[in-house]
Amino acid sequence: MVLTAILAMTALAAVLGLLLGYSAIRFRVEGDPVADQVDALLPQSQCGQCGFAGCRPYAEAVAQGTATLNKCVPGGETTARALADLLGREPEPLEAGVQAPTVALIDDQACIGCTLCLQACPVDAILGAPKQLHGVIAAECTGCGLCVAPCPVACIRMVPVGTDIAHWRWPAPNQRLAA
Amino acid sequence: MTEYALILISTVLVNNFVLVKFLGLCPFMGVSKRFETALGMGLATTFVMTLSSVCTWLVNTYVLTPLEIEYLRTIAFILVIAAVVQFTETVMHRESPVLYQVLGIFLPLITTNCAVLGVAILNTQEAHTLAESAVFGFGAAVGFSLVLILFAGIRERVAVADVPQPFQGSAVALITAGLMSLAFMGFAGLVTE
Repeated sequence: MVLTAILAMTALAAVLGLLLGYSAIRFRVEGDPVADQVDALLPQSQCGQCGFAGCRPYAEAVAQGTATLNKCVPGGETTARALADLLGREPEPLEAGVQAPTVALIDDQACIGCTLCLQACPVDAILGAPKQLHGVIAAECTGCGLCVAPCPVACIRMVPVGTDIAHWRWPAPNQRLAA
Repeated sequence: MTEYALILISTVLVNNFVLVKFLGLCPFMGVSKRFETALGMGLATTFVMTLSSVCTWLVNTYVLTPLEIEYLRTIAFILVIAAVVQFTETVMHRESPVLYQVLGIFLPLITTNCAVLGVAILNTQEAHTLAESAVFGFGAAVGFSLVLILFAGIRERVAVADVPQPFQGSAVALITAGLMSLAFMGFAGLVTE
């Protein structure tokens, strides 16, 4: 009697389990392929400067066509152009105020070594230890500016990247003509 | 045919699951803050309740009764309901992503909705046939959705009303639900069986 009950319940559970297992394979949903591709092009610094909660939500909005391609500040113009290529849309100039690439600069006279900016940096571009002077690895800094607000002594500034060999670009043709 | 119509009216209005039998109160209080979510929850519950009342009837008639293990009814029914909900979610995710987005969070919640289990158990207690079970499940779900949507509409208005401090939030919601329950008692004489 008890055996029947145990067997019946086991059989019922097994049948339902098989049904669910089969349906999970049969009705598998791959994630949105377009959003995946867009996400792969974004810098993944999760800085939120595009107005979304991170790179993935922005990628989904771009894939759905509800967001423009030029909102990614760390990615800059390169990312905007790569996105435009991927989606076959016209590249748009970056939104106003974000055109010049910047990096964070820590004032070494004022830094108290509190490590708050280290925790804020999404790309680990700030080096430092408690009560030691912190420094920015300029090559890693995406210029997102998230470290500026947490600094209790306001010693972090965003400075434009100077033109050196790595950053120099041939001036655009119309600018040359105008000059 | 009259019999099915009677079952429908009886479950939707007279023996309303939420306001008369007091089943499924958690989603009734929890998901009724906004009209849209209440609508989504109502749709999902209607679908699952109808389907699960048919499935549980089949399990009860062809598995539990022949093997004389009716005492395992509750466990077996919960198993079946959970599987039906999960299956619905998987299929819906694939076939209708839009509806899946609307219902998304509410579907898994239905697994533990006591109204769904209540329908299944009442079906066996009242010895319904398969068709009667389906109508009973559908009617109960329509009644649940109706009350949920009405309640959400009322709560949206209560939210902007000037409610005294001690009554704000859940308190005034429960009082509202009580008044609605009183109102639904007015249907008691509608079907006399």
